[in-house]
Amino acid sequence: MSAESFIILLYILILASYLGFELINKVPPTLHTPLMSGSNAISGIAIVGAIIACNELGYFTVSKWLGMLALMLATINVVGGYAVTDRMLKMFKKK
Amino acid sequence: MNIIIQISYLVASVLFIIGIKMLGRTKTARKGNIVSSVGMFIAILATVIQVEAISLIDIFICILIGSVIGIIIAIKVQMTKIPEMVALFNGFGGLASLSVAFSDFWFNTQIRGVDVDMITGISVALSILIGGITFTGSLVAFMKLNGSISGRAIVFSGQHLINLILLLLAIAITVFALTDFANPTYIIVLGVIALALGLLVVIPIGGADMPVVISLLNSYSGMAACATGFVLNNNVLIVSGALVGASGIILTQIMCKAMNRSLANVLLGGFGQTSAGGAAAADGPQIVVKEVGVEEAAQIFDSVSSLIIVPGYGMAVAQAQHTIRELSELCEKKGINVRFAIHPVAGRMPGHMNVLLAEANVSYDKLIEMDEINDDFANTDLVFVVGANDVVNPAAKTNPSSPIFGMPVLNVEKAQTVIVSKRSMGKGYAGIENELFGADNCLMLFGDAKQTITKLVGEIKEL
Repeated sequence: MSAESFIILLYILILASYLGFELINKVPPTLHTPLMSGSNAISGIAIVGAIIACNELGYFTVSKWLGMLALMLATINVVGGYAVTDRMLKMFKKK
Repeated sequence: MNIIIQISYLVASVLFIIGIKMLGRTKTARKGNIVSSVGMFIAILATVIQVEAISLIDIFICILIGSVIGIIIAIKVQMTKIPEMVALFNGFGGLASLSVAFSDFWFNTQIRGVDVDMITGISVALSILIGGITFTGSLVAFMKLNGSISGRAIVFSGQHLINLILLLLAIAITVFALTDFANPTYIIVLGVIALALGLLVVIPIGGADMPVVISLLNSYSGMAACATGFVLNNNVLIVSGALVGASGIILTQIMCKAMNRSLANVLLGGFGQTSAGGAAAADGPQIVVKEVGVEEAAQIFDSVSSLIIVPGYGMAVAQAQHTIRELSELCEKKGINVRFAIHPVAGRMPGHMNVLLAEANVSYDKLIEMDEINDDFANTDLVFVVGANDVVNPAAKTNPSSPIFGMPVLNVEKAQTVIVSKRSMGKGYAGIENELFGADNCLMLFGDAKQTITKLVGEIKEL
């Protein structure tokens, strides 16, 4: 990776972290559990990397098998995370 | 083609941000979660389109298996078990990031035989270190929460020294790896050290400190994704990882503040071990409690006009949330003003009590945060404490020698009468006596919370 593209990625990292701090500071304690399971689903974004890793040709490579393992785990994370968050938020009702 | 994929990643990142923003308000939260999931779908779709068709079958099979498992867990999990589930998913996220980084590293160095530059190499090492710690750390947290290993802090001598040595070893190995990428041994050893570290770091931390640990591991799972983003030069991984990392850190800070402990103090572990010994029990004055029966308690409930219910982890253990909702509805019908006071660290993860009570159909505007309700206890007729202990201990305000001194607590003792539903006189997590139980206005209602409250509801109905 060139120094230029590293700096650009670093910009993205720092700005996104700052934005994250600003956004999440405003979340009320009532919603902390759904926030956590929802952000858990977002951290399953490694799924994108896993799909790329899965694309390696030939089955008998470490890369391929690890990619497939990662893909399954990340999918559980993404699908399970969003589904359970939705299940929880559905229950938050005001009478 | 590439530009379309890059734009899709940008759209996905924006949707994650909007989604998290909407998650911050109860009214929009559910939609926010959907917005965020649409972002994820776009990111996945773009990536699937990007890869060649030859691998599509494997990818779909993996996604199918993962989706089925994910859906089953999400549908079946009980709300009391959400902390376990989140811990497990954090671990999966960490292991996924580790695997992706290692897969890419292996592909470049072993299959294509190209050299890895310094920045990518450091990113690989970080992904593997953070991902590995997140994976085994989360598994230990999961096992502590579901009781397959003791929830108590497990301490042994030299523990911190071993962790320190392992960490230094990890750094040294990374430096060696940077000089010789063609040799994968270093990176593999680094992975093993990371897995060992995760295990050893969480083992000494006790069950009630799990809100901090889960928040921190949540943050780590984001950071691992972030590091993997640097490995793959992928923006959407970095943005999402940073958002999750920030979220976890903020929740960690909130939890630490609510216990008046530093993060270092929590992570070093062993809390509640020293004071649980004989010394503390011997020198404190014996607490004499007043017991109350269900019938008498029912009469007290019938005579008040304001009631605050204070739920704690014991409520979740006894699965008493539904009976408590019944009790609160019954009291409301009698014209009593009923509210719930929620301490930030009640339960085993941030916001745990709110989810349990929401599931039991308690309206969320009845759930009041500590800071908002703490001044109201003085003008309240009755406080009903269910399965909470340390968070209502006045010693945190009055006794400088108490291990929980300085921790913000609910001012329940200021109410006219306090009834405590408790299984026995067992101590709370901090392993200390609770002066509240001996107070003049405090009555103990012993027994399993669910059974006693069911009886209580029956008695009140008959009055």
